[in-house]
Amino acid sequence: MSSTCTTEADGPAPLAQALFFALVVRPLVLVVLGLNVRGRERLPRRGPAVLVANHNSHLDTLILMSLYPLRALRRVRPVAAADYFLRTRWLAWFARRVMGIVPVARGAARGADPLAGAEAALARGEILILYPEGTRGEPERLARFKGGVARLAERHPQVPFHPVYIHGAGKALPKGEALLVPFFCDVLVGEPLRWNGSRRAFREALEARMRALAAEGGFPPWE
Amino acid sequence: MSLPAHLTAPVLWTVAAVVAALALATALAAWRRARDPEGARELWLRVRSWWVMVAVFAVAVLLGPRASIVFLAFVSYLALKEYLSLIPTRRADRRVLFWAYLAIPVQYWWVADAWYGMFVIFIPVYMFLLLPARMVLAGETRGFLRAAGTLHWGLMSTVFALSHAAYLLALPPEGNPVGGRAGLLLYLVLLTELNDVAQYVWGRLLGRRPVVPRVSPRKTVEGLAGGVATTVALAVLLAPWLTPLAPLEALGAGLLIGLGGFAGDVTLSAVKRDIGVKDSGTLIPGHGGVLDRVDSLTYSAPLFFHYVVYLHY
Repeated sequence: MSSTCTTEADGPAPLAQALFFALVVRPLVLVVLGLNVRGRERLPRRGPAVLVANHNSHLDTLILMSLYPLRALRRVRPVAAADYFLRTRWLAWFARRVMGIVPVARGAARGADPLAGAEAALARGEILILYPEGTRGEPERLARFKGGVARLAERHPQVPFHPVYIHGAGKALPKGEALLVPFFCDVLVGEPLRWNGSRRAFREALEARMRALAAEGGFPPWE
Repeated sequence: MSLPAHLTAPVLWTVAAVVAALALATALAAWRRARDPEGARELWLRVRSWWVMVAVFAVAVLLGPRASIVFLAFVSYLALKEYLSLIPTRRADRRVLFWAYLAIPVQYWWVADAWYGMFVIFIPVYMFLLLPARMVLAGETRGFLRAAGTLHWGLMSTVFALSHAAYLLALPPEGNPVGGRAGLLLYLVLLTELNDVAQYVWGRLLGRRPVVPRVSPRKTVEGLAGGVATTVALAVLLAPWLTPLAPLEALGAGLLIGLGGFAGDVTLSAVKRDIGVKDSGTLIPGHGGVLDRVDSLTYSAPLFFHYVVYLHY
């Protein structure tokens, strides 16, 4: 793997990551917010696997990573937009070394394969966190999935894709807001899905499963 | 051995008795579980959660009034957060809710400061006036009244009402020479929680006629009567050790806690039925959410507080 994004030196720094999650993230997610998790037993314990989640808030990644024990964290890798998270040196250090992100180039791929980093992580047996809506978008609304998730499944037909629906994080810290307002967050983990032979069918099956999870939660619209 | 000023021997004995009773309940649950693991699962979870709750509450009480007040403020925080996560809130009110949360440290500050005047009007008057005014700044008028009403109801129940339990610790200690400051709090919380358990157990044993079938079909006249009778008996029994109440006064306290606890329980049931959920959360395995556990206290705390203050302070 000669990808520019995923050399081992760019991976998470275990100590910094464990400290940050133990002292900041866990108190924030478990005490300030609080989680109601349904279907925790369906979470993949080891990779290669992909968590496919809806995305409304920066809290989403913190919540999903809090579902894993501290020692397992460095093998749970959020796939994140390079143009956003690598835009300054400090943010890039934090994103790579503490959050352990796998950067992807959004938009026009200039010859390079935007999925290369994600593929390398799967090859190393890691668990990816993927937000196929592409961006945080409107709070507490599910947008259409983009195509990357299906292309990844096509190239890794044996890898399970676990749908995870998060509710509440978009209320607590929506896009564009800096003030956190505490809400309990619900996390619903669904049955995993594997490549089914067609990009479109795979994407639609994932979307359907996500909508089913949202319906299972029965959350009122946030207006 | 001399005890720290905030603790009295009766308080320690009561805590020890609760631990012993819980050990007995655990043995009973373990026996049922050995015979029927699936059927006794809920009971087992419930007993395990009681251990955690008793341990946390006992540590807070033993550490002293400051720690107990901080602990009760935290319970208010969990309860309000659960309430605000449960009810439909408006997007426009996100920042208003932040102000509502800020009422918690302020309200419990009045408690720690023993500033009764502020304690008793801050939420019913000042927060009542402030939050709708802040909502006006957000500018959204659709659903305004419903949002203002539900928010205030939540603050009154989860913060104002519950903080009365904490204010028992701020009453002058001379008023309760035998039980001490922690005595009244322990008396209130113990009787309220035992009342819940007693109503449940009597209901399971003898329950036939529902009291409020449309709100909570499993609450029965027999459960209510048996629970209140048990609570009154315990109230009279414990009063000389933990409170300044005379036997007849303790009988009244037992009635207030028993009936008030029931009212708090079914009121939250009505709210949950309105929203369409069974439990208020999943924080306490076997019990549901924090609100499910403190609903009775939201009624019994202010009722008991004013009753005791009227009679003895």
